Amino acid sequence: MFDTQTHKDNAVESKATKIECRDCQVYYGDTHAIKDVNVDIEDKTVTAFIGPSGCGKSTFLRCLNRMNDTIDIARVMGSFKLDGEEIYDKRVDPVQLRAKVGMVFQKPNPFPKSIYDNVAYGPRIHGLARNKADLDEIVEKSLRRGAIWDEVKDRLDAPGTGLSGGQQQRLCIARAVATEPEVLLMDEPCSALDPIATAQVEELIDELRQRYSVVIVTHSMQQAARVSQKTAFFHLGNLVEFGETGQIFTNPEDPRTESYITGRIG
Amino acid sequence: MTDATSSGASPTTKHATSLLAADDRTRRRNAAEARFRGYGVAAIVVAIMALVGLVSSILYNGSSAFFQTFITLEVYLDPAKLDKKGTGDPEEIRKVTTFGYAPLIVASFEKLAEEDGIAVDGLTAKKAAALISKEGAADLRRYVRADVNRVGQTVEFKFLASGRIDGYYKGRVTMESAEIDNNISPEQLQLADQLKEAGLLKTSWNWGFLTMADASENRPEAAGLGVAILGSFYMMIIVLCLTLPIGVAASIYLEEFAPKNRFTDLVEVNISNLAAVPSIVFGILGLSIFINFAGLPQSAPIVGGLVLTLMTLPTIIIATRASLKAVPPSIRDAALGVGASRMQAVFHHVLPLAMPGILTGTIIGLAQALGETAPLMLIGMVAFVREYPSAPPEGFFEPAAALPVQVYNWTQRADPAFVERASGAIIVLLVFLLIMNAVAIILRRRFERRW
Repeated sequence: MFDTQTHKDNAVESKATKIECRDCQVYYGDTHAIKDVNVDIEDKTVTAFIGPSGCGKSTFLRCLNRMNDTIDIARVMGSFKLDGEEIYDKRVDPVQLRAKVGMVFQKPNPFPKSIYDNVAYGPRIHGLARNKADLDEIVEKSLRRGAIWDEVKDRLDAPGTGLSGGQQQRLCIARAVATEPEVLLMDEPCSALDPIATAQVEELIDELRQRYSVVIVTHSMQQAARVSQKTAFFHLGNLVEFGETGQIFTNPEDPRTESYITGRIG
Repeated sequence: MTDATSSGASPTTKHATSLLAADDRTRRRNAAEARFRGYGVAAIVVAIMALVGLVSSILYNGSSAFFQTFITLEVYLDPAKLDKKGTGDPEEIRKVTTFGYAPLIVASFEKLAEEDGIAVDGLTAKKAAALISKEGAADLRRYVRADVNRVGQTVEFKFLASGRIDGYYKGRVTMESAEIDNNISPEQLQLADQLKEAGLLKTSWNWGFLTMADASENRPEAAGLGVAILGSFYMMIIVLCLTLPIGVAASIYLEEFAPKNRFTDLVEVNISNLAAVPSIVFGILGLSIFINFAGLPQSAPIVGGLVLTLMTLPTIIIATRASLKAVPPSIRDAALGVGASRMQAVFHHVLPLAMPGILTGTIIGLAQALGETAPLMLIGMVAFVREYPSAPPEGFFEPAAALPVQVYNWTQRADPAFVERASGAIIVLLVFLLIMNAVAIILRRRFERRW
C-alpha cells in the first residue's frame, strides 16, 4: 500500500503526459486482443511494454500511430489522446499522425534504395526541406541522431540493404527521426540484432529520450530494465501493471508480474 | 552384414547399428527416391524430344519458305505496247493493265530462244512464259510505273518463278508429277534446267516472304506475311496500351486498397474464371459488342486488339497481383511508418519492387495474345487482305490479317506450296515469341532488386 503511494507521488511529479489512453479495446475479428487498457505515456521518457508473446503489447503499440488501420479486421475502441487531441477522430489524417508518431519495426526494413534516399524519403514527402542543401542537412542530422553517421558518411549512395543488421536498424531509426516526430514507437527493435548491435541501439534509445517520448516493446526484461523509466506489463490483453521501471522489477504489486519477471510464466 | 542377418532371428532385436551398411528401411527409401528421380528424368526427356521433334519438323518444312526461285530476264519495255501514243504521259501508261505486260515477257522468252538457244522443242514462248509467276507481269508493271522513263529501255528484271518451278527445285515437283499436272509440263521443267545452267534461274533469300502481302490460291510464290505481321503488330500495340494500365491499376486497387468483402471476393473469383474462358468465347463477344453493337469495322486491328485485350487482362491481373503480393509487407510498413500515404507507399516502394514481375507477366500475356487465332477468325481477320493498312491511328481501323490466322489460312489452301509457307509463317511467329520472352527475361534481370 505504501509502495503504491510512492508510485503515485512519482507519477504526479513526473513530466507532462504525451499520450493518454483510456478504456482501450482492440478486436481482431472476434478476438478481444486488448482489454480496457489505460496508460499515460510521458514526454521525454522511455516507456517499455513487456509481457509474454501474444499478450497484445505490439498491438497496443500499433494503436498509437494507427498502424492497425491497415489491418482490415482490426477494430480499435477507446480514447487515445496525443497532446489532448483524439487521434482516432474522424478528422485526423493518419498520415499526419504518423509523421508525429514515428515507428521502428522488429525486423530492420530499409527501403531497397540508397542510404541517403532512405533517410530523405520522409522529409521529402512531408516537404520538410526547401532545397537540396536543407535535405542534406536533415539527412546528416538524422544519421547522427541514429548514431550511424560515422559509419556511412562516405557511402551515402550505397544501398541501405547492404548494411549489417545493427546498422540497418540504426538506419531505420535515423529514418524515423528524420521527420522530426514527437513520439517514437519501437516494436522489439533489437530482437533481430546481436548483443553488440543491441548495446548500440540501447545507447541510442537513451539519447533519443532527450528529445522524444520513446515507447519500446521488448521481450528482454533486462533490456526494459536498462533503457526504460516506465514499464507496462501486459498479460492476455490486459494491462496488469504500469509504473516506474525500478518499482516493477524490484517490487511488483501484482503476483502475475512477479511470476513473469522471475520467469515462472511467459 | 552379419549383425543384420543374425538380428533377423529374434524379432525384438534392433536393426543393425553399423552406419556402413544401410538397413532395409533406408534402402527402400533410397530406392523410392531413385525411382522418383527416374520418373522426373523420363518426363524431361519426353518433353525435350517433343520439343526437338516439333522444332525440327517446322524448320524442315518451313525454312525453304524463306528461299525462293527467281528468273532473271532481259525485258524490252516496248513503247509500242506500253505507250501507244508515244506521249510518255504517266496517265497513259497507267492505263496499260497487267495483261498488257504479259506479251513483253513472252517476247523475252522468244528472244532467249533465238539469241541464246535456250528453248525446248515443242514449247512455245507463251508456254515458256508460264515459268514466270503470274505475279511477274504485275511486278513489271509496278516497276515501270515507278519510273515511266524506263519505257523504251531494255532492263534486266528479276521475276518470281512460278510455284511449280520453285517446287521443282525444292523437291515438291518431279518430272513424273509434271506429266499429270495441268499447270506444268516436263518440257517447262527442262527449260527451267536450261535457264539454271545459263545462270538465269537462281534460288535466293526471299525478303518478300516477310514484306509481301498475301497472294491468291494460284500464285503461292508471291504470298508473303507483310500484312499479317503489320496487323499483328498493330494489335499488340493496342493490347499493350490497354492491358498494361488497366491491368496494373486493377491489380493495385484489388491488392492494396480494396476492402476484403464479398464483392471483392466475387471479383477475384471471376478474374480467375475469365482467365479460363475459351478464347473463342471472347471472339463471339467481340463480334456482338464491338462489331454489331459498336459498329467498328470488321477485320480491323482495333477490334482484334480489343478482343485480345479482354483475353489478356486476367492473365496480367493475376501476374501483377502475384508480384505485388511478393513484395514483403515490411516495406509497406516502413513507408507508412514514416508517414507516407497508402498511395505513396504503393507507387514509391511497392510498385518499383513488383515491376519485374509485372513486366514479365505482361509480356507473357502479350505473347499469348500474339498466338491467339480463334477469336480473330470470328471477327473477320481471316479475310484475304491484299492492301497494307496505313500508319496508325487510321491503320487500326483498316482491314489487316494476323500471323496465326495467316498460318491457318494457308493450311486451308490446295497448292502444296502453301504448306511450306504456313510452316515458314510458324517460324516467324515462334521467332517473335522467342524475342518477346527474351525481352521479358532481360527486363527481369535488369530491374530485379534484392532486399
